[in-house]
Amino acid sequence: MENFNYHRPATVLAAAAMLKKSKDGKYMGGGHTLLPTMKQGLAAPTDIIDLTAIKNFGGIKVSKSIVTIKAGTTHMEVAASKDIKKAIPALAEMAGKIGGVHVRHKGTIGGSIANADPAADYPSACLGLGATIETNKRKIEADKFFTGMFETALKAGEIITAVHFPIPKKSAHQKFPNPASRYALTGVFLSQDGKGKVRVGVTGAAASAFRATEIEAALTKDFSAKSASSVKIAAKGLMSDMHATAAYRAHLVSVLAGRAAAAAK
Amino acid sequence: MADTKTGIGASVRRKEDLRFITGKGNYTDDINLKDQTVGYFLRSPHAHAKIKSINTAKARKMDGVVGIFTGEDVAKDKLGGLICGWMIHSKDGSPMKAGPHPVLALDKVRFVGDQVALVVAETKEQARAAAQAIVVSYDVLPHVVDVAKAMKSKANVHDVAPDNRVFNWSLGNEADTNAAFAKAAHVTSMDIVNNRLIPNAMEPRAAIGSYDTGTESYTLYTTSQNPHVARLVISAFHGLAPEHKLRVIAPDVGGGFGSKIFIYGEEVACVWASKFIGGRPIKWTGERSESFLCDAHGRDHVTKAELAMDANGKITGMRVHTKAAMGAYLSTFSAAVPTYLYGTLLSGQYNIPNIYVEVDAIYTNTAPVDAYRGAGRPEATYVVERLVETAARELKMDPAEFRRKNFVTSFPHQTPVIMMYDAGDYGAALDKALDMSDYKNFASRKAESAKNGKLRGVGFSAYIEACGIAPSAAVGSLGAGVGLWESAEVRVNPIGTVEILTGSHSHGQGHETTFAQLVSERLGVDINNVLIVHGDTDKVQMGMGTYGSRSGAVGMTAISKALDKIEAKAKKIAAAVMESSVNDVEFKDGTFTIKGTDKKMGFGEVALASYLGHKFNTSEIELGLKESAFHDPSNFVFPAGVHICEVEVDVDTGLTKIASYTAVDDFGNLINPMIVEGQVQGGVAQGIGQALLEGAVYDEDSGQLLTGSFMDYNMPRAANMPHIENFQLGFTCTPCPSNPLGMKGCGEAGAIAAPPAVINAITHALGVRDIAMPATPLTVWTAMQSMKIAAE
Ligand SMILES: Cc1cc2nc3c(=O)[nH]c(=O)nc-3n(C[C@H](O)[C@H](O)[C@H](O)COP(=O)(O)OP(=O)(O)OC[C@H]3O[C@@H](n4cnc5c(N)ncnc54)[C@H](O)[C@@H]3O)c2cc1C
Repeated sequence: MENFNYHRPATVLAAAAMLKKSKDGKYMGGGHTLLPTMKQGLAAPTDIIDLTAIKNFGGIKVSKSIVTIKAGTTHMEVAASKDIKKAIPALAEMAGKIGGVHVRHKGTIGGSIANADPAADYPSACLGLGATIETNKRKIEADKFFTGMFETALKAGEIITAVHFPIPKKSAHQKFPNPASRYALTGVFLSQDGKGKVRVGVTGAAASAFRATEIEAALTKDFSAKSASSVKIAAKGLMSDMHATAAYRAHLVSVLAGRAAAAAK
Repeated sequence: MADTKTGIGASVRRKEDLRFITGKGNYTDDINLKDQTVGYFLRSPHAHAKIKSINTAKARKMDGVVGIFTGEDVAKDKLGGLICGWMIHSKDGSPMKAGPHPVLALDKVRFVGDQVALVVAETKEQARAAAQAIVVSYDVLPHVVDVAKAMKSKANVHDVAPDNRVFNWSLGNEADTNAAFAKAAHVTSMDIVNNRLIPNAMEPRAAIGSYDTGTESYTLYTTSQNPHVARLVISAFHGLAPEHKLRVIAPDVGGGFGSKIFIYGEEVACVWASKFIGGRPIKWTGERSESFLCDAHGRDHVTKAELAMDANGKITGMRVHTKAAMGAYLSTFSAAVPTYLYGTLLSGQYNIPNIYVEVDAIYTNTAPVDAYRGAGRPEATYVVERLVETAARELKMDPAEFRRKNFVTSFPHQTPVIMMYDAGDYGAALDKALDMSDYKNFASRKAESAKNGKLRGVGFSAYIEACGIAPSAAVGSLGAGVGLWESAEVRVNPIGTVEILTGSHSHGQGHETTFAQLVSERLGVDINNVLIVHGDTDKVQMGMGTYGSRSGAVGMTAISKALDKIEAKAKKIAAAVMESSVNDVEFKDGTFTIKGTDKKMGFGEVALASYLGHKFNTSEIELGLKESAFHDPSNFVFPAGVHICEVEVDVDTGLTKIASYTAVDDFGNLINPMIVEGQVQGGVAQGIGQALLEGAVYDEDSGQLLTGSFMDYNMPRAANMPHIENFQLGFTCTPCPSNPLGMKGCGEAGAIAAPPAVINAITHALGVRDIAMPATPLTVWTAMQSMKIAAE
């Protein structure tokens, strides 16, 4: 790891200014992706701008129709939130399946979404629930947010401040962990809103999280496990590596969607 | 039995654990010496390349750099290369082809991670920065990472072995075995792959080497399972210094599983280089990624195996041909592993009149392969138990009964592959395991699983292993460069507390407890009044270290022999002090009594008397109470047992869960049953790891290690184990006749037995003949796809 300047701004405004001033600065949330990549020499920022000291950067607010999770909220806080467990139980459950206890106490929703790891769990929830990502500049629909492998719609210097999740009628999360890393080898987050509209967010299977529109269509017609699991997903375009072939990942999407449909509440 | 609370057979809590679990252990990296520097190794990024030049000019000028050393410096100083301590001869009588293995690469690198230069600096950051500034010019050569392809590859790892073959070894009678196959009523033939494993001890390897300019002597702190062997090799073969000028200390060591038996270039380089920087100590602590790349790996066999049977289902012959990967260099004991630790175990628990095995040991451009928990015996057991299980299925016989029909039942039993089994009762272990696992009701459990979309299977493993390799003369005649005895010294202090100096090394085994229990049993001394001293060549005179489950059977027997001498001498002193004949002295529960009188002395009183010399004639009986002994066993010991595994395979995803695991083992007499159970559980965990989770993968195109971190290399976790209620351990006991304690060894049994038990269960569940290890969800799902097994 190379030396860097460390900053702890107190406001979002100050943070953005610091990044602009730095030569090659990086924001840091929980640091649980950023620091490992720095240790491996894959990143060497000149400045680390730690967002966690910003006042009110974390926190959870649940209204009648929306769960708002501020960017600095840790996975542990989401997993333990009574309000979220009541409003969107699958979201709390999903947060509880990220990494291990240590990781959950440090990693943040903002960092996870900004990082857009193809195997991260939150992106599936954002797509599966139709979330809106709020930054210091604007609001971005989840459908337009995840643009590629580790790529998002965020512009240089833009800071995620909160994620708004509409509360569905029912939802469920299913994760098939990578046997070694325990990230999602494939993960499915699905929901059905009051009008019967179904969303299915998939992570781990492709370079970027995506919506399984064929399964959405099948479930909108007939919300059942069988209906979801009998949709055949095309392997083309999915990832292949030593842990899973594209065909296996495609198969897992259907299996997990079926299980999620059965478990949805 | 003396003190039943802490003597033999008591499940005493481990004395050392409080220290370890409260962070008070003293590991190599915890030690910091005055004026210490930090060593960092520049490693090869290529699997195979010629080194054209190494330019260190810029790096040498960087902040904090104390010294930079390359293979040329090593050669200039005539420091010897790393050795393989076991000479194997090929079938044709030619000696194995050992290529050069310099401490730092010279002219060529042979695997990704090969050490090219040692950079010494004031801090690790400075050392790393300087290493990055070294310019190495490489000429990349063709490489080969797959043992099955290496003999026909255009890559040539060592000039001495043009076809990359180190040796072609054989054991058994080929003509008789071929004749048995010619007459066979049924032959079962299989291609078997034993996957390459990466040991991953919790503590990475580390070393601090220093040179004392005043006494002209060296000290090496290192993560070793056998510091005396390290001293011997570094002294006699590297030629660093005579043994009395080299002290090797292996303090607390956080696990080894074999990987810390060997002498590696890093440790030697650190202690050697210290002399060139004015004697300042050099500390190197391996990073986890270095452990993955450079610690000796295990297994990596590709085998063709055949079993011949007569019309009654009696095994009549076995024929095995194995290609065993050695990696890029022959590591310290590597040549012994796929030969005398493998071929000799191919008879398993069975009466097999004819066995013939041939082994091609082969260089590949990968990390060296050497002993890893079980070392050769897991590979042998996997071959035998996969063959036997498959043969039983082909003959439509119950796999338990097929095994029973072929078990060795009378002892001693001479196998056709050297081993003389001394004692055992394989049927008893099988009966107990069948009973404990409720084998007779398997069908109803299978039906229950099917209701939940799961395929259930049951698999057996009736393993035998040989530990405490011995006797020294025999292993010498087979090519070993050392004797395989153990030494011990017992020092009784004047107040009756006891110090045991042992050549065995404890790095997780619990010697501080079990060895003290033996003393407690014999002398009636509380275990808290016993100190076990090990791991320092200046304290313990000589030793062969800990591996191959030898510390109990060999190391404790040496202690026991020294205790015999202590008891004999203490009796003489007690007799003199109590003015009686030594023939009338009795010793029991820590008290000396004189037959027919009420005279008595406690052990502590006799100890004190031995140092006072007031009440006996010191010209007749020597002062003091201190004895030592060497023990050279007359035979191996042969732990054996039957393990039964039940799995549930998820039809949708291919995910395999261990539904239950039953291990019944015969380790002879147990010193501390709790520690033995821990060894079995840990070994089984590693075996399940091999079967379901772990596998080192090198990229064929680039030669890079793809499983270079825990993100991709899957170590077993608690959740991969069967639920504790379904993980049953049982024991049978046939005491070992070749040592006075009647003990065998328990350290490796689990890792040896488990892989075939698990794979036999999965193949049973799926109804397939074979499945590759590790049987990951992807592998199992893919197999089910081709079988068209799918959920309803
Ligand atoms: C061992 C381990 C296991 C893990 N397992 C899982 C798992 O199973 N599932 C899973 O989903 N994740 C997993 N993770 C990832 C982890 O949970 C975090 O979500 C992840 O590291 C990112 O969050 P962070 O707060 O640590 O971000 P950081 O590492 O601090 O930052 C990541 C990136 O996001 C940027 N960033 C951070 N915050 C913001 C912001 N508010 N606005 C804009 N950009 C920002 C940073 O500049 C950086 O580029 C694991 C991590 C580890 C180390």
